[in-house]
Amino acid sequence: MNRGLAQDTHTQGFRPVEKPVEEYALRLGDDALVLSHRLTEWLTRAPDLEEEVALANIALDLLGQARFLLGFAGQSTAQDENLLAFRRGERDYRNALITELPNGDFGHTVIRLLFFSVYQRALYRALAGSADTALAAFAGKALTEVEYHVEYAAGWAVRLGDGTEESHDRAAAAVAQLWPYTAELFSSDELVGALAAEGVAADPAVLHAEWSEQVESVLARATLGVAPTTTWRPGGGRRGLHTEALGYLLAEMQSVHRAHPGAAW
Amino acid sequence: MHEDEHGLEGRGGDARSAQQLDARAVVCAVPDPELPYVTLGDLGVVAAVHEDGYTRSVRVELTPTYLGCPATEVIQRDVENALLDAGWRSVAVVLRFDPPWTPERISATGRAKLAAEGVAPPPRMRPAGHTPVPVFVELGGVRAEVPCPRCGAAQTERLSAFGPAPCQELRRCTACLEPFPAIKSSPVRLR
Repeated sequence: MNRGLAQDTHTQGFRPVEKPVEEYALRLGDDALVLSHRLTEWLTRAPDLEEEVALANIALDLLGQARFLLGFAGQSTAQDENLLAFRRGERDYRNALITELPNGDFGHTVIRLLFFSVYQRALYRALAGSADTALAAFAGKALTEVEYHVEYAAGWAVRLGDGTEESHDRAAAAVAQLWPYTAELFSSDELVGALAAEGVAADPAVLHAEWSEQVESVLARATLGVAPTTTWRPGGGRRGLHTEALGYLLAEMQSVHRAHPGAAW
Repeated sequence: MHEDEHGLEGRGGDARSAQQLDARAVVCAVPDPELPYVTLGDLGVVAAVHEDGYTRSVRVELTPTYLGCPATEVIQRDVENALLDAGWRSVAVVLRFDPPWTPERISATGRAKLAAEGVAPPPRMRPAGHTPVPVFVELGGVRAEVPCPRCGAAQTERLSAFGPAPCQELRRCTACLEPFPAIKSSPVRLR
């Protein structure tokens, strides 16, 4: 694979996963891992101690999801979750772009978490009935945790949106910025289509209907209005085409592993 | 054969030498690293214990409280060490998510120990005819009342849905005003 002139020896240990269901798990696991990292960036910077503990807890839950999903993804190729997390460059990451966008203010984090956790709840509810029993058991477990993420994000979305003029405007700006990126969470391709037909993956169209109804209900309560209409739908993350932000994120996340090859978290 | 109280299977071997203590009892007696006054048995995280007395090997299946709980790795190591100390020669500790751990898996003894330490045990819910369904994103997900573990008052309020450990939230008693940690419960919508 052409990675430019300078070969990154650190990422050479990675080999593409083999089975479609493993590629699917890799996408979901990368979503969880990358957003987990963004949330941990709030440590020592959150508005108050309770929010710091909350964001750290949510990040930890997502990290737990990522450990299972990456471990699942690497089964056929005998690659563990550490190798997949720490020895892949950004072109091999499969997360949706919304998870990698740099943090903004607290309102931005709340709105992103609202969009993402409502998506994850619909996703895991569907996957709890997946034909893949390991994936189904995991999803049933993760679902109970994601309920808390939704509650947290929805609660703060309403408090910020229906709060002061300042908090409302900031939350509204986050909705406007992040909304176009949500489309990628529900985009389908050959792989997802085939897995959904087999009853292994969740049907993105079904997820999107559920998601829209629930998110728009929260936005209405938060006086954040109706969802913006836009035809701009950035994507590409599922194929390894990312914003410049992901490379910086991975450089930081992988720095310890690069300094101490083989280190496990 | 060791069946746990939640109906999970455990296929045991036959002969067990005198030096090898009952594996399930050993595992269940291991203290939780974050809540050391309760054992793994109290918490209900022991899903199954498979003994093979002939090869002196044990396979332990744990159902972790939360996926990202950092105590999980410590627990796996503690279980392994406890079994090796008890005379078992080969120990495998694996995680499984089916059935998922829920607060209902905490035993009556565990609930009493938690309460004695000021950690509110999860409320008893699931009234007959009511099945838990995920709450809608609206804020009004119904959660059962959590009584104050210190003064016993029924009215308490949530300070934060997230607490010192992934399985806990922070609450405050509206009578004695003491804050306290509580084991998280699954949201239910009663209809």
